[in-house]
Amino acid sequence: MSALVIAEHDNNELKQATLHAVTAASQLGGEVHILVAGEGSDAVAAQAAAVAGIAKVLHADDAAYGHGLAENVAPLIVGLAEGYDHLLACATTYGKNVMPRAAALLDVAQISEISEILSADSFIRPTYAGNAMATVESSDAKKVITVRATAFDAAAADGGSAAIEAVSGPGDQGLSRFERHELSVSERPELTSADIVISGGRGMQSGENFPLVEAVADRLGAAVGASRAAVDAGYVPNDYQVGQTGKVVAPNLYIAIGISGAIQHLAGMKDSKVIVAINKDEEAPIFQVADYGLVADLFKALPELAEELDKQGISKN
Amino acid sequence: MKVLVGIKRTIDANVKVRVKADESGVETANVKMTLNPFCEIAVEEAVRMKEAGSAEEIVVVTAGPEEARQTLMTALAIGADRAVHVVADQEIQPLAVAKVLKAVIEQEEPGLVILGKQAIDDDSNQTGQMLAALLNWPQATFASKITLGEGEAEVTREIDGGLETLTVKLPAVMTTDLRLNEPRYASLPNIMKAKKKPVDVKTVEELGVDAAPRLKIVKVAAPDKREAGVMVESVAELVEKLQNEAKVL
Ligand SMILES: Cc1cc2nc3c(=O)[nH]c(=O)nc-3n(C[C@H](O)[C@H](O)[C@H](O)COP(=O)(O)OP(=O)(O)OC[C@H]3O[C@@H](n4cnc5c(N)ncnc54)[C@H](O)[C@@H]3O)c2cc1C
Ligand SMILES: Nc1ncnc2c1ncn2[C@@H]1O[C@H](COP(=O)(O)O)[C@@H](O)[C@H]1O
Repeated sequence: MSALVIAEHDNNELKQATLHAVTAASQLGGEVHILVAGEGSDAVAAQAAAVAGIAKVLHADDAAYGHGLAENVAPLIVGLAEGYDHLLACATTYGKNVMPRAAALLDVAQISEISEILSADSFIRPTYAGNAMATVESSDAKKVITVRATAFDAAAADGGSAAIEAVSGPGDQGLSRFERHELSVSERPELTSADIVISGGRGMQSGENFPLVEAVADRLGAAVGASRAAVDAGYVPNDYQVGQTGKVVAPNLYIAIGISGAIQHLAGMKDSKVIVAINKDEEAPIFQVADYGLVADLFKALPELAEELDKQGISKN
Repeated sequence: MKVLVGIKRTIDANVKVRVKADESGVETANVKMTLNPFCEIAVEEAVRMKEAGSAEEIVVVTAGPEEARQTLMTALAIGADRAVHVVADQEIQPLAVAKVLKAVIEQEEPGLVILGKQAIDDDSNQTGQMLAALLNWPQATFASKITLGEGEAEVTREIDGGLETLTVKLPAVMTTDLRLNEPRYASLPNIMKAKKKPVDVKTVEELGVDAAPRLKIVKVAAPDKREAGVMVESVAELVEKLQNEAKVL
């Protein structure tokens, strides 16, 4: 029995998400291989080979794979699938885009965003915004799986010394082409892997007020997130959204500022270790999941919080 | 161009979903059902294309039980022209939905297909990608902006790192993200008009699709419940507790 993990990367760096999928794959009990599909991606293949517990790296380097277009990557995966019982990727926007396309070409169901592995064909996955944990059993010959990163620890990025094997696939299908990126640049840690996350909601009132959140984030070395309402209103970019239909986070500390605590938001953060909520409405549902709640006006509380952290000498920078 | 939109009837987003005592599924008796919000965005986008003169006809399709007819009516009231109801009484999973939609698409021959990115009940986020694969069409998932051109379309997608823009050849399958548009409310006259629009009823068998589920749902359990903690009186008390009690600072 063996499993193939589809690596996520930007042709230079292997993304942390891949390491979570590797841990899930290794729980299946067989050999774990990684597929690196990219362009000019030798560095990524080398990083994948160094991941602890990896037996082999398949490296497909071709202009067709440079931007991870699903139309080109899915047939590559299908062509390599024969020796594998399980094909896995992290449930990022990349994994969610590519894996179902590969699954359909293989005529198998995809098991989306699993949070637990019970056996080689039985898995738990959250449904209904995490309000119903479904145990599903797959009858397909191959299992195509996306993995919820917060439910599986990251595998060690070093310690391995896998062989790298060059592979190729059908190449460019001529269906789509990459035009451009507008990527958020930030000095802060990545939302999905940060130790501390502080998110702002509609209560922030405008994007101009987000520096109040950032001032606290910078002192704590935290990532900044947001509710859908804050994203829809244009306070912050789409990639800040935490929730059922955004990113799922489970940091050591999650601080919700001016967020009411709708089911869809809770779905993305309720597995955090410690939750803090600051809201002026004492009835806000967010308090029902918060370990520490403070009823306060955020425009007063946030500057106070930054000041108090300074006073206590708390600085992660 | 004809635009085909796949829609699903789901539990309303505002319902607090409860698991059945026997863990066989979730409680659906007397629970409000609506058009899946991402599908609503898909219908709205098609209607805007028609209003802009780039689409001539909008066909909405659902695979689901008798009751799903109400959901088709909602889509027709927003502005779709006609509907196809593929009646399926058993549970129908994404791969089977994709096969059903493919069969309808082969009959309808649309120039563009729009789906939601995710059904908020199963949270699968896969039907559109699967459909694109089965048709060997391009896919533009999680779309926040669609610009139609000659034989192709430019689509901006919401991705984890920000935004990505692709050009896809048409016909293509697109799936909607939240920022694509803000769906309109259907007006009362349009709700009345919807009732007169044609609904073509078919069965899964007629379409020759094997819709047998591949995933057996063994059990559906409630998640671990999180208890509310304590309320603090001040920012200073909060920081003190985070340092000394929770030990996270
Ligand atoms: C299909 C679908 C998908 C969705 N996906 C997501 C998702 O992924 N993530 C997500 O977050 N939401 C999602 N939502 C939206 C969700 O239902 C809520 O609408 C949203 O989370 C509300 O955001 P909010 O808490 O910021 O805003 P609100 O609910 O408006 O709450 C604002 C809060 O700020 C407080 N406040 C206001 N002013 C102050 C002040 N001065 N000081 C302190 N507190 C203040 C208020 O008391 C209130 O509690 C989705 C909805 C749908 C239908
Ligand atoms: N039964 C169905 N009938 C028609 N379209 C569907 C059905 N189920 C899912 N879809 C479409 O596929 C999208 C994604 O659903 P899912 O892959 O289940 O998360 C939905 O937003 C719909 O557009």
